[in-house]
Amino acid sequence: MGMRAPLKNVRGLGSAKEGTTHWWYQKVTAIALIPLFLIALGCFISLIGAEYTHVRYVLGQPFISLVMLLLIVAMFYHLKLGMQVVIEDYIHTESTKVFLLLLNSFFCAIVGLASALAILKLALGG
Amino acid sequence: MVELTLPKNSRVGTGKTHPKPDGVTNTKTFNVYRWSPDDNQNPAIDTYHVDLDTCGPMILDGLIKIKNEIDPTLTFRRSCREGICGSCAMNINGTNTLACTTGMDEVDGDINIYPLPHQPVVKDLVPDLTNFYAQYASIQPWLQAETPSPSKERLQSKEDREKLDGLYECILCACCSTSCPSYWWNSDRFLGPAILLQAYRWIIDSRDENTGERLDNLEDPFRLYRCHTIMNCANTCPKGLNPAKAIAEIKKMMVERR
Repeated sequence: MGMRAPLKNVRGLGSAKEGTTHWWYQKVTAIALIPLFLIALGCFISLIGAEYTHVRYVLGQPFISLVMLLLIVAMFYHLKLGMQVVIEDYIHTESTKVFLLLLNSFFCAIVGLASALAILKLALGG
Repeated sequence: MVELTLPKNSRVGTGKTHPKPDGVTNTKTFNVYRWSPDDNQNPAIDTYHVDLDTCGPMILDGLIKIKNEIDPTLTFRRSCREGICGSCAMNINGTNTLACTTGMDEVDGDINIYPLPHQPVVKDLVPDLTNFYAQYASIQPWLQAETPSPSKERLQSKEDREKLDGLYECILCACCSTSCPSYWWNSDRFLGPAILLQAYRWIIDSRDENTGERLDNLEDPFRLYRCHTIMNCANTCPKGLNPAKAIAEIKKMMVERR
């Protein structure tokens, strides 16, 4: 390091020529989450104290299950993008960073898909 | 992990207290960060009392008086003493600013002075800005055009010239970059607010023809997108500029060109 010109370090491996998609999708999912979250919250509040079968019935309704699916997709994608940035910002040990980035992707994919599956089951019966 | 506490050899201790000059009542107390590479000691805070009746009004005046009359070993950069060279950028009572344009009367109580945060220290208040300057060089801060130079100057409309207002005033003092947490954690790859503002200054210059290449060079998860609009840069800029806005404009252009 000490014998390299500072410009060599700054230029590094060059520009990755990406990052815009990541930034853009984070904004898009953030905007989408506002109405989706409000509808979902209203739905949950109206279901406080309701019978189990009734809750299943309501969550299986086409509009509600569509909102729930969109919410799950937007939320877990947003979570994945956001956590990735936090990890890249703060974790500087390469091995720990790669491990946590993988964990983040797997967690969001597994929990997100499991949630989506649960809604699909309610919506499509079975 | 990022370092949230100072390493052992950087912990700041208490240093020398220079006595108040005799027969003087109107004084201001300066607590100044001291560190020398030569004596293997931890950094320490030295205390000085400056006689305001025989001193200019600015904090830089106080520092120069200390160096002239109390302690010639105190080391700091200064040159123009009027906010145009950017040499005397330092952390004064928790805010990065220029010592020459900050009045002593702007500070209630003692004046606490540290070097710009999160940069290697050369000595006392002098930070090592090698990486910062190399980052500036990396954005190629000069006009690039393939159209051959006209016999006179390259013309620019009044409207296009106005687009450079709020950008050309940047004096590269590094107050903003060294106030940015993203720059603290990732200055090896993130260019930081000052350099991105300068990059934008060339991107929107109507006479520069390398706009696309300039954007290509910035389009990177670290170089540009480590900016999380924390806004410390705009808060601290001693020239009242808004680097965060320049960065937002670059991000908008990145989307626009897709």
